[in-house]
Amino acid sequence: MYTQGLDRPVPSGPEASSGPDTAAAALRFQARIDADERIEPKDWMPEAYRQTLIRQISQHAHSEIVGMLPEGNWITRAPTLKRKAVLIAKVQDEGGHGMYLYGAAETLGISREEMVAQLLAGTAKYSSIFNYPTPTWADVGAIGWLVDGAAIINQIPLCRCSYGPYARAMVRICKEESFHQRQGFEIMLALARGTPAQRRLAQDALNRWWWPSLMMFGPSDAESRHTAQSMRWKIKRFTNDELRQHFVDVTVPQADYLELEVPDRELRWDAAGGHYRFGEIDWSEFQSVLKGEGPCNRERLEARRRAHAAGRWVLEAALAHAQKRRLHAAQEVA
Amino acid sequence: MSARAEWPLYEVFLRARCGLEHKHVGSVHAVDARMAIEHARDVYTRRQEGISIWVVKSADIIASDPADADALFEPARDKIYRHPTFYVIPEEVKNL
Repeated sequence: MYTQGLDRPVPSGPEASSGPDTAAAALRFQARIDADERIEPKDWMPEAYRQTLIRQISQHAHSEIVGMLPEGNWITRAPTLKRKAVLIAKVQDEGGHGMYLYGAAETLGISREEMVAQLLAGTAKYSSIFNYPTPTWADVGAIGWLVDGAAIINQIPLCRCSYGPYARAMVRICKEESFHQRQGFEIMLALARGTPAQRRLAQDALNRWWWPSLMMFGPSDAESRHTAQSMRWKIKRFTNDELRQHFVDVTVPQADYLELEVPDRELRWDAAGGHYRFGEIDWSEFQSVLKGEGPCNRERLEARRRAHAAGRWVLEAALAHAQKRRLHAAQEVA
Repeated sequence: MSARAEWPLYEVFLRARCGLEHKHVGSVHAVDARMAIEHARDVYTRRQEGISIWVVKSADIIASDPADADALFEPARDKIYRHPTFYVIPEEVKNL
């Protein structure tokens, strides 16, 4: 899964210090980045680089965790035992991805508790795609095919991100994500070749997930104020529009194979340019989902809050149990 | 929050198969070492990535300071005579 939180403003504040030492260190830092060196947790880094990464990685982690919800909705109702086992494995992977990413963010000096608190308080974002509902089984197929497909296109360049722990987490995630996308396409293929009713389910899911998937790449380059800085720091390697175009170019032929119709009347192949040209994205929908007005924003956050509150006793009991064991071990020694 | 604040961080090392060294793969939070191993299994070995796990409390790792990197590692930089390629041996001499 994926976060699109690349373009939120950095909370403005002066650098910890702005003397000549910091300026020289900043130059050395940029030189290391330009030489394609990786930055590791204890290395000196500009405060804005640290904050940008904390925001991006934690939002990415939150997206994985919230991303478990729309698909988790179908675990008990998967059509076969095979599909159920696959879906459980996929949702478990999303949880694992969240853990890798929280771990990577923690190396930058933010605690797990702070990040979880930000998510539950609604001050941290997660990918807007997970604020859409999953009313039919075909949605599980469409999420794997389109949402994970878009995630892969976004994430592969992140494997070369300048920050070592993030890049390493992404290598692991990308390997696992490929299974997610293929199982999704396989579900779509089964439906597309099934009964007329199944075909309708598949087409309906494509209709609902196509545009939100394109929005996963974030605002257009013209609107994206932080792309330039993130590219200078090699956190980001391609612009939102470049990645979005690539997604359209690889996905439209897959929809053709399924004999499903992409819900865009303006979509056409531009032979001279070598790309598919597509219609204008409804950015007002994107903005409203980001603002919390999407179909499931409240439901998702409430589900996380409920899980956190209902699971608190497990955290406390595990700790009490560990303390008791330590105590018993100490008594046996004495 | 307070309960969770007491769950320390553990670093996780995996041995992919016998004959290879344990390698750092990431970290987990856990109440004790036993739980850290269980969490490491769930988080880092879902696809047979390891046959053995080491966990160590992150706070117990003693690391060199990046600021000392030059002092520590620079002295090795100019000692290229420590590498076999430094020595010029005539072509006709074999098995060297």
